[in-house]
Amino acid sequence: MTSTSLLFLPVAVPLLGALLVTAFPRTSSILGVTAALASSAGGLWVTAQTWLHGDLGSVLGGWGLPLGIGLAADGLSAALLAMSSLVGLGISVYAIGYFAGSERCTHFWPLWLLLWASLNGVFLAADLFNLYVMLELLGLSAAALGALTGSREAIAANLRYLLVGLLGSITYLLAVALLYAGYGTLDIGLLSERLQPSPLAATALVLMIAGLALKAALFPMHFWLPPAHANAPAPVSAALSALVVKTAFYLILRLWLDLFPAIADAAAAFVLGALGAGAVLWGSWRALRAQRLKLLAAYSTVAQIGYLFLFLPLIQATPAGAARDDLIAACVLMAITHGFAKAGFFLAAGLVQQKAGHDRIDELGGAAQSMPATTFSIALAGAALIGLPPSGSFVSKWVMIGGAFTTGQWWWLIVIAAGTGLAAAYIFRVLGHAFGLEPTPRCFLTNARAELPAFLLAATSGVLLGLGAGPLWSLLGLSGGHA
Amino acid sequence: MSPLLTWTTWLPAAIVFSSLIPGLLIFLVKEEDCNRRTLLNMTGTLLTLLLVGVLIWGVFLGGVFETRVTIVPGLDLVLRADALSMLFVTLSSVLWLVTTIYAIGYLEHASNRSRFFGFFSLCVSATVGIALAGNLFTFLVFYEILTLATYPLVAHSGTSAATRGARIYLAYTIAGGIALLIGVVWLRTLTGPVDFVERGVLTDMPAALHPQLIAIFLLLLLGLGVKAALVPLHGWLPQSMVAPAPVSSLLHAVAVVKAGAFGILRVVYDVYGVEFASELGLLTILGAAASVTILYGSVMALRQDGLKKRLAYSTVSQVSYIALGASILGPIASIGGMVHLVHQGIMKITLFFCAGNYAETLGVHKVSEMDGVGRRMPWTTLAFTVGALGMIGIPPIAGFVSKWYLGLGAVEAGKDWVLLVLAASTLLNAGYFLPILYKAWFRPPPESWPHEHVFDSRFETLGALLWPPVITAVLCLIAGLFAASPFSPLEWATLIARREYGLIEFR
Repeated sequence: MTSTSLLFLPVAVPLLGALLVTAFPRTSSILGVTAALASSAGGLWVTAQTWLHGDLGSVLGGWGLPLGIGLAADGLSAALLAMSSLVGLGISVYAIGYFAGSERCTHFWPLWLLLWASLNGVFLAADLFNLYVMLELLGLSAAALGALTGSREAIAANLRYLLVGLLGSITYLLAVALLYAGYGTLDIGLLSERLQPSPLAATALVLMIAGLALKAALFPMHFWLPPAHANAPAPVSAALSALVVKTAFYLILRLWLDLFPAIADAAAAFVLGALGAGAVLWGSWRALRAQRLKLLAAYSTVAQIGYLFLFLPLIQATPAGAARDDLIAACVLMAITHGFAKAGFFLAAGLVQQKAGHDRIDELGGAAQSMPATTFSIALAGAALIGLPPSGSFVSKWVMIGGAFTTGQWWWLIVIAAGTGLAAAYIFRVLGHAFGLEPTPRCFLTNARAELPAFLLAATSGVLLGLGAGPLWSLLGLSGGHA
Repeated sequence: MSPLLTWTTWLPAAIVFSSLIPGLLIFLVKEEDCNRRTLLNMTGTLLTLLLVGVLIWGVFLGGVFETRVTIVPGLDLVLRADALSMLFVTLSSVLWLVTTIYAIGYLEHASNRSRFFGFFSLCVSATVGIALAGNLFTFLVFYEILTLATYPLVAHSGTSAATRGARIYLAYTIAGGIALLIGVVWLRTLTGPVDFVERGVLTDMPAALHPQLIAIFLLLLLGLGVKAALVPLHGWLPQSMVAPAPVSSLLHAVAVVKAGAFGILRVVYDVYGVEFASELGLLTILGAAASVTILYGSVMALRQDGLKKRLAYSTVSQVSYIALGASILGPIASIGGMVHLVHQGIMKITLFFCAGNYAETLGVHKVSEMDGVGRRMPWTTLAFTVGALGMIGIPPIAGFVSKWYLGLGAVEAGKDWVLLVLAASTLLNAGYFLPILYKAWFRPPPESWPHEHVFDSRFETLGALLWPPVITAVLCLIAGLFAASPFSPLEWATLIARREYGLIEFR
């Protein structure tokens, strides 16, 4: 079957692109964007194949399953692959203009394509060790990208990011070693069949989730995220906040649903939910207090990650069936919507920053008002971050609130309501500056190549993903219908 | 399949898109390109009006118009034309036309017009969506979009007062929106997916769930009451008076306040069902809130010197007539409440247009500056007089019809205390409107106006500013004089009330 054997494309194409860009640095922009187009096409192709044929799997290297490099794509990986393909493409197109005439261009492209390859690798890896390798690769390229500006703050922040990332991966690796010692396999499918409730399995669960939660910046382990994301160049911030953090959450969700259903219990879910609640409240509060636009966006990521963890106690408490399907799909929808929204937000913030020469929120009025399309992007992405209709996160919140009522966990409602109110406050704190007395802009778009990617990403999160969320349910193979 | 069956499924969506698409295109129009912007504006308004006309005709012929899109499994976006939605959709599309004409004149030399008219059109799309919403989910989606689309209009002028007003507006509406969202989802976990149905859908709920249903009603009322400016949730309304006059008209007569009041009607009649709501004791709560609001708004209006502020508090008071009508169990009072949805709209928009004309032409913003404006601007003042007398409830103007039915309905339902509320409110209405009329017509004009602006026009002010209030004033008279004729708001409200109480067999 061709469709399964080509499963390596989303990893191989950006990797090849990264090599080419390194080999020919003079033409890095053109080569880079070509590679981005090809990577995007590869990712979307795999998504389409999964949509058409259901779950896919393949083994590289000619060895049988327990030994070879296994790749697999199911609805969950396909959905996130589609996100990384589209968001990655938007970031790449934007980056051409953003880095135009700068020597940082030659450093950006190889690292970015490497990051993209490892990102897709995480989504497609079928065994726990490959996941580790991909995670490590991802962490390295992400920290290097984050330090691209070379400023003192950026380097300090990203060194910390690198160390935290290593700590997270090593904790994860420890759990992998435990599982291998106990069950003799690392394939997720095989392992989930063999896994029995035991101290070893429980330890592995705790270690794995803890390591990944550190990488996902779950409160109170989020301390490294805001400085790292806020000090990177805009396209890099977009990639880090929208995509890289999602990989860790994706893994937690996958392990929770596929590997540990026998072990994970309501108490564990409650702990993660409570940490998520802390993230929502604390992240939103800090975003509201932030003086700089990109710092605001970074704290908003901390809060949004929190919402994803709020789904876990709800999913855990819901018996298999339509209601649980809806919750899982809504959780994925929220992750994807945030991916598009935060990428659009950071790209737009980067344009505002370039125009104004700084990103101090209180002094941004003129710059925001002179670029209507960019302000619109911030507004659309902001609507998705708040969870206003017709954004994808509105649909997610709808399902989440329903889940909280059905499972009787009404206390999460307070968190959701407070988080939504705080998000509205911090988004409109920014937008309020766009309606000042500055002169009227001549037209809507001032710089199409830079403004359009941000706008399209934001519009996808703010409108398309809400009104067109239905196919996600089919892609995930969930019937749902209880929403 | 006959063509009728297909066009019945897309017409409601087309009505929403007929204002949405021109609105989005307007954002792209270059600032100085007035002609193209006006063309888009007028295309949108006239197209919407035309489609609404077709829809009324189709509903009259007995067609069922429904656009249904499944967002995710079990969650449908439904736009449907029923009798109540037709009442609101017609009101908003007609008033949108006059307000657009007025706004084009009003903002002739203002800045940021593409942004303004873009959001202006989005507002109307959202309002039409609210009117046509076939279930609470759809209602909520458009209700929140309305919040977002009105924020830039309130903040439009860019002054610090405008920014502040907009922030307060947003704080109230977002908080209300969250309450509404939680209430709607809670209700849905009990009922599953349900559409609006005349006479309600909750009648058969087991008694054990009644306490939850009461709590849900309070949450919904909290969410809707913010936009409907029920006391004590009305705080944003006087603050958002900083917006330009066409926006105030839109907020007060067509879109925001009406969306809240309309939502209350939907929840009482088509979700709970008025009889079931009465059984749960919810109508008493609603009636008390409405009565307090009516009296409080009128008293506050009496104390304002700013003309727009006085009108704003008057809105707080008058919109609650709609809720008051809904809170009385009996078809006649329901008719009074529902017909006031239209009557308050046309009267209040007339008053706001006139207030805008005084401000633009003479620089008159305060009641105390209005001496003799009737001589300088007779037509505007005549229109203002019609609106004001209508608000007081003097026959034959539209407001009289509403009050008559409300009073009659209260007596029929044995709620005589409502008459006291109505009488007190009428006295207060007279107390804050008659002095204005007296000043305008009988006091001598001052030596010079605060800030007179002479337009190059045959009339007392710019034609685009004068015609809209004159037209709406005439509508107020027609709605009152010809209340008994077919297709009048009263007749239509009567039709709705009959259905809500199950008084006739209908198709």
